[in-house]
Amino acid sequence: MRGAYRLNSGGRLDRDRPLEFTFNGRIYSGYVGDTLASALLANGVRLVGRSFKYHRPRGIVGSGSEEPNALVQLGKNPRTSPNQIATQIELYDGLSASSVNCWPSVKFDIRSLTGMFSSLLPPGFYYKTFMWPRFLWGLYELILRRSGGYGVAPDMKDPDRYDKINAHCDVLIVGSGPAGLSAAVEAGRTGARVILVDEQAEFGGSILNANENYHKSHGMNWVSSILDELKLMPEVTLLPRSTAFGYYDHNFVGVLERVTDHSSISDGLSPRQRIWRVRAKEVVLATGSIERPLVFQNNDRPGVMLASSVSAYINRYAVKLGSSAVVFTNNDSAYSSVLDLLSSGVDVAGVIDPRPKPNGTLPNIVRSHGVPIFDSSVIVDVKGSKNIRAVELMNIDYDSKKIYGKSHKLRCDLVAVSGGWNPTVHLHSQSGGTLRYDVSKSCFVPGINSQNEQSVGSCNGTFDLKECIDDGIKAGSRAAYATGFGVGEWSENTACTDFQTEDPLCPMWKVPSSGNESKWTKQFVDFQTDTSSSDIYIAAREGYESIQHVKRYTTLGMGNDQGKLGNINGIGILADALGQDISDIGTTTFRPNYTPISYGALAGPDKGILFDPVRKTAIHEWHEAAGAKFENVGQWKRPWFYPRGREFMEEAVERECLAVRESVGVLDASTLGKIDIKGPNATDFLERVYTNSWRKLQVGQCRYGLMLGEDGMVMDDGVTAKLEDDHYLMHTTSSGAGNVMNWLELWLQTEWPDLNVYLTSVTDQWATIQINGPNSRNLLSKICEGIDLTNDAFPYMAVRRGVVAGVQARIFRVSFVGELSYEINVNADYGLHLWESVIGAGKNYGITPFGTEAMHLLRAEKGYVIVGQDTDGSMTPSDLGMNWIITKRKDDFLGKRSLSREDSIRTDRKQLVGLITEDPSTVIPEGSQVISSSSGSVPVPMLGHITSSYMSPTLGHSIALGFVEGGHSKLGEKVYVSINDSKVISAFISNPVFYDPQGKRQDV
Amino acid sequence: MLMIDCPWCGNRDESEFMYGGEGNIVRPQDPESISDDSWSDYLFMRKNTKGLYMEQWLHSYGCRRWFLAERETVSYEILNTHKIGEINPESKS
Ligand SMILES: [Zn+2]
Repeated sequence: MRGAYRLNSGGRLDRDRPLEFTFNGRIYSGYVGDTLASALLANGVRLVGRSFKYHRPRGIVGSGSEEPNALVQLGKNPRTSPNQIATQIELYDGLSASSVNCWPSVKFDIRSLTGMFSSLLPPGFYYKTFMWPRFLWGLYELILRRSGGYGVAPDMKDPDRYDKINAHCDVLIVGSGPAGLSAAVEAGRTGARVILVDEQAEFGGSILNANENYHKSHGMNWVSSILDELKLMPEVTLLPRSTAFGYYDHNFVGVLERVTDHSSISDGLSPRQRIWRVRAKEVVLATGSIERPLVFQNNDRPGVMLASSVSAYINRYAVKLGSSAVVFTNNDSAYSSVLDLLSSGVDVAGVIDPRPKPNGTLPNIVRSHGVPIFDSSVIVDVKGSKNIRAVELMNIDYDSKKIYGKSHKLRCDLVAVSGGWNPTVHLHSQSGGTLRYDVSKSCFVPGINSQNEQSVGSCNGTFDLKECIDDGIKAGSRAAYATGFGVGEWSENTACTDFQTEDPLCPMWKVPSSGNESKWTKQFVDFQTDTSSSDIYIAAREGYESIQHVKRYTTLGMGNDQGKLGNINGIGILADALGQDISDIGTTTFRPNYTPISYGALAGPDKGILFDPVRKTAIHEWHEAAGAKFENVGQWKRPWFYPRGREFMEEAVERECLAVRESVGVLDASTLGKIDIKGPNATDFLERVYTNSWRKLQVGQCRYGLMLGEDGMVMDDGVTAKLEDDHYLMHTTSSGAGNVMNWLELWLQTEWPDLNVYLTSVTDQWATIQINGPNSRNLLSKICEGIDLTNDAFPYMAVRRGVVAGVQARIFRVSFVGELSYEINVNADYGLHLWESVIGAGKNYGITPFGTEAMHLLRAEKGYVIVGQDTDGSMTPSDLGMNWIITKRKDDFLGKRSLSREDSIRTDRKQLVGLITEDPSTVIPEGSQVISSSSGSVPVPMLGHITSSYMSPTLGHSIALGFVEGGHSKLGEKVYVSINDSKVISAFISNPVFYDPQGKRQDV
Repeated sequence: MLMIDCPWCGNRDESEFMYGGEGNIVRPQDPESISDDSWSDYLFMRKNTKGLYMEQWLHSYGCRRWFLAERETVSYEILNTHKIGEINPESKS
C-alpha cells in the first residue's frame, strides 16, 4: 500500500489513514498528512512538469509556497483549478491532478525540442520578434499561445460557496514558527485579542520540517505545549491553512483561509474558502525565510532540491528521496540535511562547499560521520536528464571566485543545494516598509517601518533559533503593550537550544563559468520562466541597468511564484554584470498576492443577485404579473413596456403612446428622486442651487428647476413644489437622486452652515403614480375626494392635498409627456392599492399602463431632454435653448459665473436641435455623428451627434434630438448623419419640440 | 483600505466614505467681480500635494457629514480629521 520510497517510520503522517489519488492518470497512494508533492516523491515520481519556454523536464524543488515547478491542474470540471502548487496541496482521498505545460505527455514532450534551439530564444525575444513585420504577429501569437500556457481555467459555473469575514484584533501574528508562536503566546497572556495565521495545515513553521531538540525534547513537543496554552485563551483565534496574502493601508491585512480544500467530502455548510479582512492595531510578521538555490549548469534537473526541503521530506513526510546524495552548500545550515539524509538511509557521497575548511559545529559533526567534505569546490555540471547520474566538481578560489583545475565526477541521484536564506520580506515590503541589504548575512532584511508592524525571526534576518525565540517573545509583549495590554515586560526564553558556532556564508549568486558569462548556459536562475544567468548578462550588455527593466526584459520573476526562489540570485548576478553593489541594485516591488488566490474567494458571496442591491417599487409585483419587461435604471427595476400577447416591443410602445395621447395611460414614477426640504431658509437655499427665482412662488405652486455644477454645466433637473412657506419637495432624476443629495449637503455643510435648512431623502417613502392623457381628469374625479379638479381651481403646475382611493395623497399637476397629467404621491405602503384603484377606475377609458420606453418617446416628441441621456455634463442651459430659465435678477447661484466664461459663450457650441429625416420612415441610430456634407474626403468634419431617436406613432414620422455646432441658427438646414463609410441619412434641422409646441394640451 | 476617523462617529473603514477631493477651498465671495482666470483657478486648479494634503470626505454610509482630513499622500497616513468650521479655510481669492 505505501509508496516504495516511504520510510518505515517517522514523519507527521497518520499511517492508519491511507489515501488514494491520481496523478497524470495513474493511481497512487499516500497518507493523511501528506501533500501531493510528498506523496508523489514517496511513490518515486520525480518528473512533475515541463518548463515554460524550453520544455525541459522538471521535478519538485521545494516544500512550500516557493515551489516553482510542481504546478498542477487540480480536480475536474466544474471544480478544476489550474496552477495549483503541489507542495501546498494537502492530500485527500480521490484527489486527481495532472501536470500543466506539457504535451502530449510529461515523459515525452514534443516542445522540449525547442530546448535544442534555445539560443534562438534570447532575452527580449518577444520584443525583438514583434517589432516587424506586423503581419506576422498573428502567426507568432498562434504558435506561442499553443506552446505556452499554464493549465486551463474551468469553463463551468463554480459550484462552491465562498465567504468573507471582517475581523478586528489587537495583534495579528503571521507565521507560527519559533518566533511567531513565541510572540503569540506572549501577547495572548496579556489578554490582548490575538489572531495567529499560518499558511500550513499545522502550526510550527520550520519546526515541522526539522529534527531539532528544544530543551532536550523534540521541537514539536514545545509547539504542542504552546498551542495547548493558546487554545485556552478566549481572545486568541488560531487560523491554520490561512495565508496572509496582502498587507494594505492602515494595518489592513487580507488572509485567505482554505476551509475545505483539504477534504474530499464537503459538509455542505462550510464555504470552500474564506477571506478574512483583518484590521489589526499591531502586526507581528514572523513569515520565516526561503532557502536560496545555487545556480550552476543543469541545476534544474529533477532531483536537484533545496536542502531544507530535503530535510522536510525526510522529517515531516518520511520520504526516502534517493539512494545516494550530494549536498552543495555555501553555508552551514545545509549540513543538518546531511544528518537527515543519513538518518533516512540515504548515502551521502559528499558535501561540496566553496569555502575552505568549514569548521562550524555542524560541519564537524558531519565529518565525524565519515562523510567526505569537498571544500573549495563547486558543482559545474549535472549529468543525466530525467534522472541524475552524477555531478561534476571543480575547485574554486575563494577570493577571486575563479574555478580552476581538473573536473571530476561524483555518482549520485540526488543533489541538495543551499545558497543561503532570503528573509520572506514580502508583507513588510507591501506595508510600505523599506529593505536594506545586510552584507554580513548576504540578504535583504527589513529596514524602516511604515506602519505599526514588526518583523521577527528569520524574516528579519535572524537565523539563530535562540534569538528567534527571544525576539518573538519581545515582539509579542511590545505589540500587546502598544495596544494597551500587559505591562511591557516579557518572560524568559525557556525553550532555548544548544549554542552552535557557524562559519560565515560565502556569497555566491551563481557558480562562475570558465568562459564568457553571456554565452547561453543552462544555469537557471528562475525555473518557472526559464531565465538563465546568461540572459541577465545579455540584458546588462544591451544596456539594461534597472532591475525593474531587466525583470521585464528577461522575464525574471514574472511567473506566478513571483520569483520567490530566483529573484535575489538574479539581482546578485545583475550586480556582478554591472560591477555594482547589490545594495545599489535593490529589489523589484513585492506585490500582493503573496500566493495566487482564486477569483471565487475574491468575489465571495458578492455575486449573482447579491452583487448589487436591487431596488423595486411598491408596485413591482403588479408589473411582473402584467408581464412587463423591465429596464435597469441605476439599481432600480423599472417597467420598460408591457407587451400584450405576442406583441413586439415596437408594437407595444406604439400602443402605449397612442393611449396616452388619445385617452389615458398610467406610469409608475416612484423611482423619481424626492428630497424633502425644510427650514426657515429653504427659499434662500433654492435660490442658490437653481438658476431661476423662487421668491414669488406661492404655497401650492410648482416650478421646474435646472441645477448646474459650478462649471455651469447642467447637472440635474426636476419640479419642486412649495408645500408650506418653509417646506418644499424637490424632485430629481431617478438616477441622479443620490448625487444631488450629496451635492446639496456639501454646500449646506461646508459653504452655507448659516442656512437653517434640513434635507431628507424621501424617495422610498412615497409611491408616485402618474396618470397622463385627455381622460386623466375624468378618471381622477372618480377616485379623488376633497379637491376641486377644475382647471381654474387646480391649474397646471399646482400641488394639492386630498384623499385618493381612500388614502391621503399629494397630487402634482405636472407633465413630462405634454398631456393633461396628474402625479399622485401616497405613502409607499399604499402604492399598490392606489395603482389597482387607478387601473380599476380607468377601465372605461381603456387605461393603459406604459413603461419607460413610451415615456421616453412621448417626452422626445415634446423636446424635453433627459439629463444623462441627452446631456453628458458638457452642456450649458443655453446649449439646451433654456436661457429662459436663467433669472437675470439674481446676483449669484451655483454655476452662474461659469456661464459668462469665454468658452461658455462661444456661438459655435453644440446646441440642442430636432432632426427630421428626409425619408420619414428612417430612424437614425442613437449616437450617430452629424456631418455637413454627404461627399468629400474622409475624415469628414463632425458637426455633432444624435442623442435620442424614435419613430413617432403620434406624428407618423421619425424624430430625433441631437447636438449640432451652432445648431440654433441652422433651423431648416440640411445635414447628414453618417452610418458607415458608404451610407448617410439626410435630415433637416428643426425645433426640438415636435408636438404641441404651444403646450395647449397639458393646460386644459 | 484606509481607516478614517470620522469626527462625529469615530474610526470606520474607508468603504463607508466618499472622497470629495481637496478640502477647505472657499467659494469666492463675489464671483461676478473676479476675472475668468481667478474663477477658473477656483473651479479647476487643485494642489495635488505630495505630502500633507487637506481633503474633504463624506461619511456617506454613516452620519452623512462632510468633514476635513489631513492625509499624507505618500504614506496614506491620516494625521487629523476636523469638523467643518473647526479650522480656518484658506481663501482662493
Ligand atoms: Zn460619521
